[in-house]
Amino acid sequence: MAFFRSHILVSVDPVCLEKGAHDIFDTLLDELGKKGLIDEIQVLETSRIGDPETLGPDLMVYPEGVHYVNLTPADIPYMVEEHFLKGRTVDKLLAGESKVAVDEEVAPPKPKEIRIVLRNSLGKIDPLNIEDYIAEDGYAALAKILSEMTPDEVIDTVLKSGLRGRGGAGFPTGKKWQFARNAPGDEKYLICNADEGDPGAFMNRRVLESDPHSVVEGMIIAAYAIGAGQGYVYCRAEYPDAVRTLKVAIEQAREFGLLGQNILGSDFSFELEVRMGAGAFVCGEETALMASIEGQRGQPRPRPPFPAVKGLWGKPTNINNVETYANVAQIILNGADWYASIGTADSKGTKTFALAGDVKNTGLIEVPFGTTLREIVYDIGGGIKNDKALKAIQTGGPMGGCIPASQVDLPVDYKALTEAGSIMGSGGLVVMDEDTCMVDIARFFMDFIQDESCGKCVPCRIGTRRMLEILTRICDGKGEDGDIERLEALCYEVGTASLCGLGQGAPNPVLSTIKHFRDEYEAHIYEKRCPAKTCRALINFVILEDVCTGCTVCARNCPVNAISGERRLAHHIDPDICIRCGICAQVCNYNAIEIQ
Amino acid sequence: MTVGTIASDKARQVAQEVCQQHGATRDELIPILSDINRQLGYLPAEALDEISTQLKIPKSQVLSAASFYSMLSTQPRGRHVIKFCESAPCHVQGGREVWLALQDQLQLKSGETSPDDRWTLETTSCLGQCADGPVILVDEDIYLNVTPDQLSGILAKYK
Ligand SMILES: Cc1cc2nc3c(=O)[nH]c(=O)nc-3n(C[C@H](O)[C@H](O)[C@H](O)COP(=O)(O)O)c2cc1C
Ligand code: SF4
Ligand code: SF4
Ligand code: FES
Repeated sequence: MAFFRSHILVSVDPVCLEKGAHDIFDTLLDELGKKGLIDEIQVLETSRIGDPETLGPDLMVYPEGVHYVNLTPADIPYMVEEHFLKGRTVDKLLAGESKVAVDEEVAPPKPKEIRIVLRNSLGKIDPLNIEDYIAEDGYAALAKILSEMTPDEVIDTVLKSGLRGRGGAGFPTGKKWQFARNAPGDEKYLICNADEGDPGAFMNRRVLESDPHSVVEGMIIAAYAIGAGQGYVYCRAEYPDAVRTLKVAIEQAREFGLLGQNILGSDFSFELEVRMGAGAFVCGEETALMASIEGQRGQPRPRPPFPAVKGLWGKPTNINNVETYANVAQIILNGADWYASIGTADSKGTKTFALAGDVKNTGLIEVPFGTTLREIVYDIGGGIKNDKALKAIQTGGPMGGCIPASQVDLPVDYKALTEAGSIMGSGGLVVMDEDTCMVDIARFFMDFIQDESCGKCVPCRIGTRRMLEILTRICDGKGEDGDIERLEALCYEVGTASLCGLGQGAPNPVLSTIKHFRDEYEAHIYEKRCPAKTCRALINFVILEDVCTGCTVCARNCPVNAISGERRLAHHIDPDICIRCGICAQVCNYNAIEIQ
Repeated sequence: MTVGTIASDKARQVAQEVCQQHGATRDELIPILSDINRQLGYLPAEALDEISTQLKIPKSQVLSAASFYSMLSTQPRGRHVIKFCESAPCHVQGGREVWLALQDQLQLKSGETSPDDRWTLETTSCLGQCADGPVILVDEDIYLNVTPDQLSGILAKYK
């Protein structure tokens, strides 16, 4: 694939055309050619961008998201020179109110990234216009398999590519398709899991909102491979925009003969519908999700039987994650070898992550497997905020684990993360600095898990509540000798006796923090001390008498009047009244207030 | 959205209409419940009753599904439902301050409905908008990058 550093989208809406959009387009190509930029910058036509009556002819430059308006061919040489050679935005050509739009979710790719799933996520195409997607080789993979490949050949290609499921467990996708294809029965179903419930993760939402057809196309190809006639996208109700975009995409695909009866004139038929969740994290688990589509409580069922044999309404069903499907068309178009050449021996291709926490650049990234945590945190993430020290990296969402800073050179793939006591999960990646209390983190995730347990299994329902009680007690300074051992025993019970991945994964945040940060647990329990100075019950705000100037700022800002002292004399905090809000330490100009 | 409890004939009528729209089959149960919940603000007992008749499934199963999902409510709610994202990424971006201010301005705690039926305050887990947190959802309108001082302006839009 060619990689362009920028894309220029020229609006060729009828009004813009009348106002000379084609001249703009041609002048642009000439000018880029003259300046030797033609291989770096791609010029494309698009439908309307701004209001053509008042702003046309106009164009959009990505990834910057700069919108130049009311252009004449005479503007172009200057614009190309300034914007693309000197890297300066030409203010006089900008639309009045819309200066540079900053995208808080995805930045232009950094050098260590490869964007396959997110390739169209930076506004390169209009998600509501199927023709934009088609112009970017969209549905070419579908046309190719329908005319040239048998279902078995499709499965073979996906197998060889090494693609593994991106929804959490990393099961080889080609193998899953093979099971569903070989399962007896004429009626088969295909599901896309868009329930993305991990807090902080929004990779799937971004793909659905910016490039819905990449998922639709992947699903149609999968349906052809396994022989499914009906498909569902199960999207969480918290994503109304994604649902809306997806419905438009499906409608347009149907109009273009890409869904429905006899797709592209072949004898293959497939229907696709969107289903919305109703607010239950556990519905992301595949068997709970199918129960929910059937109109039941979204509670997991025992496996086996696996969905491939007995899934939706008891029929063979294939279920994959949004990101898994979004890879498929690219694999068909570029070949299994191309895909398998990216990544590590264990894990092929790329993975999207939602980078969050104490890192300078947060947002969505996409890296080849094998990229190290160090490269992700420092080269792409820009390092730790306020130049603090890295303490740990949490991957895998609520049922994931914490990897200590000492393992920052770990290459990210399914195997390495599992060996380090965490999981790949769906792509949450939270960076934690030295001020993070690991017991508090374990407590936080257990709170989430306990809340979302569907209650079907006793160990999961009761065990997670017990673990939360113990963790809360430790953070409150009431930890007892034996609590760590009690937690470990509960972890074993809950992890082995629960039905679904929620209960089975519940121990991860606890076990991984005990494994790598046992001394922190011990400090809380035996010394009643929180080394990160986070747990409120275990810290005291103290005014250093020799530093305090008696300026009274702290006393005036304390919400509970815990601070006393005469003007110009050292002040004092009453620990029994203090609620440990930390405001005084923030407002003191002399750094006289210390956490002990 | 609507005030207080719903008259039982209205509940039945809405339930009937929605069942017809979706087709009265078992697999439409969750979409049907979600739709009625959206129209009436909650799921009155009569509506559940009507669904059970229309879909020919036991009432216990309808109730079992209705009580499972956090977005469905079997209790009356205020005219406007405010959902506050309580997940970690929002929390650390100033969500804590917004949450305290919100409870303070509404004089409500999570799960409560105001005496004049104007507001119900709820928390939700991550809405996937973490890059622009803190996030609150009022009915179906989403507000991003919320700060405590914006709250009164946002709340004033809903009567
Ligand atoms: C509690 C729980 C929540 C899950 N949530 C999701 C989710 O939001 N999205 C997802 O794709 N998979 C989720 N999974 C994993 C699915 O069960 C399933 O493995 C996945 O959809 C398979 O797709 P893949 O092979 O493409 O990864 C979850 C699993 C568990 C146990
Ligand atoms: S492990 Fe927990 S969430 Fe999963 S089925 Fe059992 S009780 Fe429900
Ligand atoms: S930490 Fe808060 S409550 Fe305690 S003394 Fe400082 S300002 Fe007052
Ligand atoms: S944490 Fe609030 S939207 Fe994700």
